[in-house]
Amino acid sequence: MIEEIITSGRMNPEIDPVLHVWGWEIPFYLFLGGISAGILIFSAYFTLRNRQDELPVAVKWMPLAVPFLIGIGLIALLMDLSHVLYFWQLFTNIRWESPMSWGAWTLGIIMPLSIAWIATWVEDIFPKWDWKFDEVKTVINWLKNYRRYMAQILILLSVILGMYTGILLSAFNARPFWNTSILGPLFLTSGLSASAALISFFSKSEVEKRLFTRIDIILIGIELFMIIHLFMGHLAGTQVHIQAAQMFLGGAFTVPFWVFVVGLGLLLPVVLEILELKHKFIPAIVPVVLIVAGNLMLRFIVVNAGQASRWLY
Amino acid sequence: MRYAMAVDTLKCVGCSDCVVACQTENDVPIGHCRDWIVEKTTGTYPELQLEIRSERCNHCANAPCVRTCPTEASHYAEGGIVLVEESECIGCKACITSCPYDARFIHPEGYVDKCTFCIHRVEKGQNPACVSVCPTHAMIFGDLDDLNSDISRAMATRKWKSLIPEAGTDPKVFYLI
Repeated sequence: MIEEIITSGRMNPEIDPVLHVWGWEIPFYLFLGGISAGILIFSAYFTLRNRQDELPVAVKWMPLAVPFLIGIGLIALLMDLSHVLYFWQLFTNIRWESPMSWGAWTLGIIMPLSIAWIATWVEDIFPKWDWKFDEVKTVINWLKNYRRYMAQILILLSVILGMYTGILLSAFNARPFWNTSILGPLFLTSGLSASAALISFFSKSEVEKRLFTRIDIILIGIELFMIIHLFMGHLAGTQVHIQAAQMFLGGAFTVPFWVFVVGLGLLLPVVLEILELKHKFIPAIVPVVLIVAGNLMLRFIVVNAGQASRWLY
Repeated sequence: MRYAMAVDTLKCVGCSDCVVACQTENDVPIGHCRDWIVEKTTGTYPELQLEIRSERCNHCANAPCVRTCPTEASHYAEGGIVLVEESECIGCKACITSCPYDARFIHPEGYVDKCTFCIHRVEKGQNPACVSVCPTHAMIFGDLDDLNSDISRAMATRKWKSLIPEAGTDPKVFYLI
């Protein structure tokens, strides 16, 4: 028997009895950041492959949502800061050891870059669009010449944006459940999967719909593989990692994770998407809602489970 | 200079005087604490062992909180004391989640707060408040680089342990056992 009593009342708010300093704001931002990254990666990649006219929703339309998604995410992040008036300190320091620092810088660059990226496509999707000022027109026409370079930088930054949220969590060795390097790739893949599902939902062209449904099926397969790997890694780890995994294998997170994230968020939609490809009638809204909700749930569960896992001493 | 603290678990009676002294000295807001007492009972009745520890920030030499801080608010001060610069702290709480000892908390004014080893006293050559009030003299504070300091002598002559060294943090609060 081991009994540990903390007397003299360490009951620090948000720390005891279980750490819960990060509420809904952080997982909500991780979700929006992941989807934004996915949208930008697809848009930039298919531009580099010269398929912008064949895949208009993926390349031209979906990026329109990105500044709003990132903007809402940033508001959530600011709401989480408890000393918010000092947030500018993020941009007077660069700390390579802190994923949060390079995440902040990546966001600071990707936000204006995604707006510039959209600006180069606006005239394609709204033929009657008028920029009003000649100077703006000149700048945008100039930017259009550098679209390929922009696309390359966007892919690089979006991969960082999609991965750093996971790496940020995995850098906390104090929370064994997060302390696995697979979280970065897992978050990137799930962000890509949600944006692929959204693209195929909004697309009106059969070619684009089918392409992104196929991409999504592959991504969900990779995601399932990574989830299995995550638990294999933990179960082969130290006692604290095994205990962290057991929260999902019989513990408090078992049902929310395996039923809602894996069952309803990954397995069911992948079956529906396969049926869709086989020309069975599936209401298009069903798989996309399941995937997006599963995505959001995955981040909430990962953030909460990490805070619930700890070293024992 | 490498400041460290040793708590003699054979002398500590868990009276919480260190906790009260800290709260008074550092004006710690009500409902929060920078140090605390852990009573750990192991074994099966009637063969029980009791260990009492006064715990606080371990002022790790490889501090994860300093590593994950995005703004350099968490930093190493003189002698390896880990401090938070209030005016650089944005309240992102990355340091709180990176601390395996859960030694940090959010001050009601928004920045992150924790034990400072009473650096304002140490700079004047005094002991931290908790050490200075301990009625059983269970706590020793000093410089590990000075081989004649009380703490170096205690570490050399006594058996000791630190908390979760396997977390790789290289803690600088030791427990004499």
